[in-house]
Amino acid sequence: MKRIVHKHPLAIRWFHWINFPVLFVMIWSGLLIYWAYDPYKISFGDYTLVSFFPDGFYKFLNVPFRLAEGMAWHWVFMWLFMLNGLLYIGYTFLSGEWRHLVPDRNSFREAIDVTLYDLGLRKTQPPFIKYNGAQKIAYFSIMLMGVGSVLTGFAIYKPAQFSWLTAILGGYEAARLEHFILTIGYVLFFFIHVGQVIRAGWQNFQSMVTGFEFTKNTGTPDRGTPDRDPPVTPDPVNNQPVAPSPTPNPLLPA
Amino acid sequence: MSQLKEPNLPESDVPESTARRRMITSFSLFALAAAIPVGVYEWITNSPKLYGARKPLRRVLDANAALAKTYFSNTHLVATFPVEEAAKKPRQNGYDGLKTPLPEDWKLQIDRPQGAPLLITMDEVKALPKHEIVYEFKCIEGWSQVQHWGGVRLSDFMANYKLGTKSGNAPNPESADDLYSYVGMETPDKGYYVGIDMESAMHPQTLLAYEMNGQPISAPHGAPLRLIIPVKYGVKNLKRIGRMFFSDERPRDFWAERGYDYYVGL
Repeated sequence: MKRIVHKHPLAIRWFHWINFPVLFVMIWSGLLIYWAYDPYKISFGDYTLVSFFPDGFYKFLNVPFRLAEGMAWHWVFMWLFMLNGLLYIGYTFLSGEWRHLVPDRNSFREAIDVTLYDLGLRKTQPPFIKYNGAQKIAYFSIMLMGVGSVLTGFAIYKPAQFSWLTAILGGYEAARLEHFILTIGYVLFFFIHVGQVIRAGWQNFQSMVTGFEFTKNTGTPDRGTPDRDPPVTPDPVNNQPVAPSPTPNPLLPA
Repeated sequence: MSQLKEPNLPESDVPESTARRRMITSFSLFALAAAIPVGVYEWITNSPKLYGARKPLRRVLDANAALAKTYFSNTHLVATFPVEEAAKKPRQNGYDGLKTPLPEDWKLQIDRPQGAPLLITMDEVKALPKHEIVYEFKCIEGWSQVQHWGGVRLSDFMANYKLGTKSGNAPNPESADDLYSYVGMETPDKGYYVGIDMESAMHPQTLLAYEMNGQPISAPHGAPLRLIIPVKYGVKNLKRIGRMFFSDERPRDFWAERGYDYYVGL
């Protein structure tokens, strides 16, 4: 017998993987739209640190002169993005899953410790159940950012019909900038997320597909029975404070 | 313990073979499901174009327009600004329809279901009550600018000349069926043309404009008479109106033919 921990409910896995291509289409079509008027940059005085975006970047991705196409895709897939997001938020709060997700007052301290641990400046990882403090903050922020993208999106999509919304967000131009910044946020999140998933290893990744992970046997009193299989090698993503060690191949459990 | 405390994750014991089977099943389904977005992409990009946009996308854009019409209201006004905030030199963008000289004998031609077209002079337009608006003009490219325009309300104009109805009476909100669904406009050389849904045309902020910053509109901005329709992107704000007509069919539209949404309502 193997002891498994049911980590991700089926619904969450669907929402997660549906969001992946849908958000990709929204970001890509958003880039096609943004190209037609691309004034944003980060600069100090005359010195431009980052320009959104250099010509070479557009050329490389074949972005120029595709505004109509971008708008068409954006205004079609926005419905899927909103529907999937709405179902995700609804499910998270109705199922009680939010208790694994919403940060509490300890999460911020924990997030600092996790970051120090990730940077190799701390020996142990603080204990956690499903997500550590940094994950809670990141994943909950992403949920809020999704809401923000929908609101800023509507503020620039229908600024006359929803003029109150556009006004709350600081006006049409401000709402467009906010919509853009949120998108940059997703892209940064994506790279960090994929990096962290790679670091966490196969066990963790496959649980987003299968829903479960194998637990390791550490003899914790509230976990399992004493007559289980011999302990497998601990892996860094499990819910115990352990030192990092190689991840076992879950397809060939020890 | 309070309800707020994060619960432990549920655990269970399963035979190793069961766990392995579940993994194989999950990953097989995952691989199959991954084919769906690829299929959707292929389906859309290989669909024929309908009016410049891929058919599935065009159908949804049209559905979006139908939905937008349900919450469109004449009481939803675009925000207005103090006149000092208006750009001194409003941006000009696009010369389609303006590439030939303005005809010397310009008159606004209006096709009617019955009888000969109406030909209206600038003086006749100006005889109607003048309205001014300072609002944020929004280009479909993404930029916007506060601009100051003056002219007559299109709704006043249509009421005065009894336009836009099948009966030939002045438009009456009580009998919406009598109204045509669309207004079509084009430049004298037919180089630029737009179609506008009747609700947006009748919006109180929609103007037949002849002044910009208190002066007659300059040629590149659409002299002598242009459309200013704040509830639409700039592409619908046709310059140098030559002909106006009414129809239940969607009039042809310059940018919609090039793949843009037809409605582009704000």
